[in-house]
Amino acid sequence: MNLRTLLVLLIATLAVYVMLGAAAELPPYGVPDSPAFNQLAERYVGKALEETGVLNMVTSIVLDYRAYDTMFETIVLFTAALAVIVALKTGGETGGKR
Amino acid sequence: MRDIIFKRIITLILPFIQVYGFYVIFHGQISPGGSFAGGIIVALGIIAYATAFGAEEGRAVLPEKVTTWAESYGTLWYALLGMVGIVKGGPFLANRLAGIDLGVPGTLSSGGLIALLGIGVGIRVASTMVTLFFTMLEEEV
Repeated sequence: MNLRTLLVLLIATLAVYVMLGAAAELPPYGVPDSPAFNQLAERYVGKALEETGVLNMVTSIVLDYRAYDTMFETIVLFTAALAVIVALKTGGETGGKR
Repeated sequence: MRDIIFKRIITLILPFIQVYGFYVIFHGQISPGGSFAGGIIVALGIIAYATAFGAEEGRAVLPEKVTTWAESYGTLWYALLGMVGIVKGGPFLANRLAGIDLGVPGTLSSGGLIALLGIGVGIRVASTMVTLFFTMLEEEV
């Protein structure tokens, strides 16, 4: 076992430790006073139809309340396509088919 | 893999897959589904066709120019629709705050900008999936 493997193992163990620690801090499921049940959920459930005029509540959240999020999600898709093109397209006169 | 039964069945069901995908995109505001799911369905129809007929035939159905165009201008379309809110005196990507008529809930024209945003996102998702598939298929390393 060389130094590099040892380092990788150390980093992986640290990452697992941090993630398990974060998971241990999560509130338990189904508890009424957990931070996930705040006024935001009530606002969405109660007022989504009135404020966005959309029956499908998922669409009202994704494309109205969280429209910024969806916009940058499309940029994430663009980045994914760009990364694959940069990695795989040979281009030029050697292998490009255009 | 490319036998006659597979090709015939794909040719028969491809229009229905496409129509269903666009139905899911356009009806995102009144029925389950939405732009992401509809875009995936549209892309999967093209991918199934290219699997049956090969990359060249698949490219003939959806040329590279079209997917490049959708990739390039999809997010710009989204941002331009967001500018409507600023022009009408509200925040970026505002819908009701910008004073846009939300219509009657349950009809196809309800939701103001949401339908237009959904179309943009759906085309974006479809073009990304098709681009990923064709890039990986054509460029065999």
